[in-house]
Amino acid sequence: MTTATANAVTAKAGWRTRLADNERLLWPLMLAPAILYIVLLVGFPFLLSLFYSVSDVTVGSRSMNFVGLENFHRVVASNTFWIALKNTLIFTIVSQFFVLVFANILAMALSADFRGKWLVRLLILLPWVAPISLGAIGWLWIYDSIYSVINWTGQALRILGPNDWPIWLGQPNLAMASIIVVQIWRIVPLATVILLAGLTSIPQDIHDAAAVDGAGFWRRTLQITFPLLLPITLVAVLFGIVFTFTDMIVVFLLTRGGPYDQTQVLATWAFFTGIQGGDLAGGAAVSLFLFPVLVAVAIVFLLLARRSEVT
Amino acid sequence: MTRRSFKLVRIARAGGHASILVFFITFLAFPFYWMLMTTFKTTIDLHDVSKNPFLFNEPPTLEHLVVLFQDTQYLQWLINTGVVGIAVVLITLVLAVPAGYALARMAGPWAQTLGIAIFLTYLVPPTILFIPFARIIATLGLQDSLWSLVLVYPSFTVPFCTWLLMGFFKAIPRDLEDAAMIDGLSRFGAFVKVVMPISLAGVLTAVIFAFTLVTQEFVYGVTFITSASSYTVSVGVPTFLVRGDVYFWGSMMGACLIASVPIAVIYDLFVDRFVAGFTVGAVK
Repeated sequence: MTTATANAVTAKAGWRTRLADNERLLWPLMLAPAILYIVLLVGFPFLLSLFYSVSDVTVGSRSMNFVGLENFHRVVASNTFWIALKNTLIFTIVSQFFVLVFANILAMALSADFRGKWLVRLLILLPWVAPISLGAIGWLWIYDSIYSVINWTGQALRILGPNDWPIWLGQPNLAMASIIVVQIWRIVPLATVILLAGLTSIPQDIHDAAAVDGAGFWRRTLQITFPLLLPITLVAVLFGIVFTFTDMIVVFLLTRGGPYDQTQVLATWAFFTGIQGGDLAGGAAVSLFLFPVLVAVAIVFLLLARRSEVT
Repeated sequence: MTRRSFKLVRIARAGGHASILVFFITFLAFPFYWMLMTTFKTTIDLHDVSKNPFLFNEPPTLEHLVVLFQDTQYLQWLINTGVVGIAVVLITLVLAVPAGYALARMAGPWAQTLGIAIFLTYLVPPTILFIPFARIIATLGLQDSLWSLVLVYPSFTVPFCTWLLMGFFKAIPRDLEDAAMIDGLSRFGAFVKVVMPISLAGVLTAVIFAFTLVTQEFVYGVTFITSASSYTVSVGVPTFLVRGDVYFWGSMMGACLIASVPIAVIYDLFVDRFVAGFTVGAVK
């Protein structure tokens, strides 16, 4: 009896030790919970979204019928869709162009050594590290139709005439420009720190050697820094695109897509259709138009990762 | 060039450098400066368009902060954010620490691919998933409950933290573990007793990252939560304080500032490590 128990104990201990030492079992066991969670909370909802987009599901209804591509036909036939698609592209391309220019200038300025750099860095990073929904509310006040500080300053500096009083979020073109400014404001810090990481990784020797050979600042920047920075610039741009193309927070909080859908983007329209309108099927169909860009970005990202692995 | 012209060039360069920094600091930090001014100005001062808004035309006041903490559920939102944050951090650590370690030590080319695949799921945005989630949360009976956020937020914290931790564990030399195993520890024991204690910096980074991501999230919050008492800060301030036609700008700006600054400062301390995670292998 006692020996049997003892045997059982050693067998059990043996089984445990063997598991704790067997890498072929250990690794999958340690990975499984994380992968399971991701599959259940990213993979499953994503499939559900595909499924909804070809059904007639609404918030209230219990039944769900297959309707084929009807939702997509409905979406494409709507005027708002084309406005939202156009705005999403403008929002992304224009903001990311300025982000790239600004972040390059700022990263170079920050790569030099100077006193108080940590404070400058903290101030510059604020828009990215503070919750964007709160930052956007700050802008809502700055753009206020009656109390806008921009208008006051403009008039005080005589840039705006005494009767000019732009309504930043209320006039279609201005509203679009205003939300693009906020998105630039939000992404520049991220792009800057990414580029800065790249800049500091370029060995000083290369610059020194070029300087000895007589290359000036511009020549070194254009022919050495930029080519070496290319992969990391690509990374910065990719993140900027993903975080802008699929974002709804800035537009949602500043204009709600208005005036008259003139600043509507795909993500906000999906929200208004699917969540506030209760048309889950329609909303799912709209949001799936965000997916191709993600796939493209993922592919470039994989290529980059592979390249860095080979070299 | 003469000595003098060298000096001029240097001054011009320093001036250019300074003006670039001043321009960007003004653009990027201005909204926060403006929040600070607005928080402490009296309502009359805020609404007087004829006076210079950059000055305190009336003495500073604490009135807006009193309103914020006494007449709104701001404090409750801060507490909610903390509770959700801690719960999400715990779930994230339990899932991401072992997964990150396994990915770091697994042999074969597909370990790297698997790592990247996990990281890429971080890029799947809430704006694609919130519609199916709305129904899933309703089916589970979790709508309007903080638990809906606790359940869903790890879907983006786990992928990124797994990736981040994988990088950390890779940097720890294998020899340490081998030595520990010769001394009689099992493979798993070496991980728990040798690797974990020296990886606290990495784990702390993952904690900070998961927590700040929770405080920044807006889309799921606004989708799942409808009653004011269950909001987190980032959802409560924009949705509840803005409702109606009357804007309490002083209190709103105070609310934004109080929640933003601590998060920003903590995040700032760790930002280089996140960047290392973002840039995959593009930087060496």
